[in-house]
Amino acid sequence: MFAQRPEIRPATVEVLVAGQPVRVPEGATAAAAVLLAGLPAIRDTPVTGSPRLPYCMMGICFDCLAEIDGVANRQSCTVAVHPGMRIEPQRGARLAFREENAAHGA
Amino acid sequence: MAPDPGDLAIIGAGPAGMSAALEAAGLGLSVTVIDEQPAPGGQVFRAVEAAAADPALTGEYAKEGAALARRFRAMPGLDYRPSTTLWHTDLETGTLSLRGPDGGATLRAQRILLATGAQERPVPIPGWTLPGVMSAGAAQILLKQAGAVPKGRTVLAGQGPLLWLLAVQLFRAGAPPALLLETSARGALGGAMRAGGLWNGRAMLAKGGLMMLEARRAGMKVVRGTRGLRAEGDGALRGVSWEGGSTECATLLLHEGVIPSTHIARAMGLDHHWDAAQLCWRPALDEWGASSHDRVAVAGDGGGIGGWQAAAQTGALAALDTAHRLGRIGAAERDRRAAGHRHLLASALALRPFLDRLYAPAPDVLAPRDDTTVVCRCEEITAGQVRQAARLGATGPNQAKAYLRAGMGPCQGRMCGTTVAALIAETRGLSMEEAGALRPRAPYKPITVGELAEL
Ligand code: FES
Repeated sequence: MFAQRPEIRPATVEVLVAGQPVRVPEGATAAAAVLLAGLPAIRDTPVTGSPRLPYCMMGICFDCLAEIDGVANRQSCTVAVHPGMRIEPQRGARLAFREENAAHGA
Repeated sequence: MAPDPGDLAIIGAGPAGMSAALEAAGLGLSVTVIDEQPAPGGQVFRAVEAAAADPALTGEYAKEGAALARRFRAMPGLDYRPSTTLWHTDLETGTLSLRGPDGGATLRAQRILLATGAQERPVPIPGWTLPGVMSAGAAQILLKQAGAVPKGRTVLAGQGPLLWLLAVQLFRAGAPPALLLETSARGALGGAMRAGGLWNGRAMLAKGGLMMLEARRAGMKVVRGTRGLRAEGDGALRGVSWEGGSTECATLLLHEGVIPSTHIARAMGLDHHWDAAQLCWRPALDEWGASSHDRVAVAGDGGGIGGWQAAAQTGALAALDTAHRLGRIGAAERDRRAAGHRHLLASALALRPFLDRLYAPAPDVLAPRDDTTVVCRCEEITAGQVRQAARLGATGPNQAKAYLRAGMGPCQGRMCGTTVAALIAETRGLSMEEAGALRPRAPYKPITVGELAEL
């Protein structure tokens, strides 16, 4: 869980994390909003269904995959927030990736 | 199709990418800078324009980092594309496939400079996939990007200068970590001193010493020579244990140094070799950062870990060489302009052999001893499963894909590639070179069919 320091970085952008409004500073990413909202998990793993939260915050681990504004499989630590952004936990990441992989033969 | 190719496309807007862009644009080259982040800075100077005034982030970040970003922003004629991901490159034609805020795009460039920086070395310990466990760098990014700090009792574990810097920054931000579980081997300091460079690197050394002092004064306890780290909990982190101790915590931040981010370089098929001192793959480069492909150069930590000061210099050197290759400056002028950069590069690297020795990760960071440790976070494959695959005949990480799905999840082996290779090397008695580097394929990042169709 993470806490804000509003006296240093005012929380000016309101987003919806799993339906709940959260205000975060401009320039924060969707993954930061998830951590500041105190969500217990942003995704479940496709293999064992174990909960995950962002691990690296720098686009490496993909443990921050989320559905953002209706688009699944977004790497939320690379997406900057905008007012009204909807961030939803993601389930079943593997299926989505399999389809994509099949689509371009990777 | 993109129109006439530009002179130079730079991937990454950290210290190397920004310095290269400034040098190249200053010589009149047309330069495009592609960066995944919404603002310049890379990881080390992440969000520096927004956060330089944060009293927790003083020092190089607020001074040199902010100044570099300002110069970068002020440079006329730069085609800077933030929030943009490179997902494919056609090296034959120099065509880059991008995904930006407004959808897909392509771009052509005569020369491509990878300034993709470093990533933290994965620290596969039992329980490291639990919510509440993060990399130390992730916590630092949250501080820079959102001013955020961990809530509740925080424990740091691992080794390296970043952990001490983070401890000080969290303390200044009002959230001092309770404990540092340091994994450096006992006696590492003696060995490191013999690596030399202490005198030439004394300024950097002194800075490190002050940081340690401040963190200790702030009340952070330190356990030295920690072995057998485990994150404990069920569905969420409850605490951390090690050989001879355990403690509760809400957040566990892991760090065992940084390694070059070589995913794109490897997917491009550039030659790489195993760096036995830094225990990582690095691309084979000449003194200008030119790679084994004549269109591609690499600068900054992506070419070998040297820190941001070194990255700024290698970025400038790669830009000079690009200008030379494109016929804008002669060899003599290139060499003349390079002299100052080479001098600064040498002093930035002076302390490196000492740091590499002091903070060499223990063998079980590369190849976890405990067979139940998850090594591939995406597909949840354990060290034991990789060892089993190695015994059955997998001779390297690329073959391991056929036995397991390690490296086939969304991260495409960014996290597990080196661990899988190390486990196979250990099991089969091979060198890392023999086990080989994972060869990822494009797309470098998963894209949707819709994005493909947009092109
Ligand atoms: S948190 Fe690791 S990729 Fe986003």
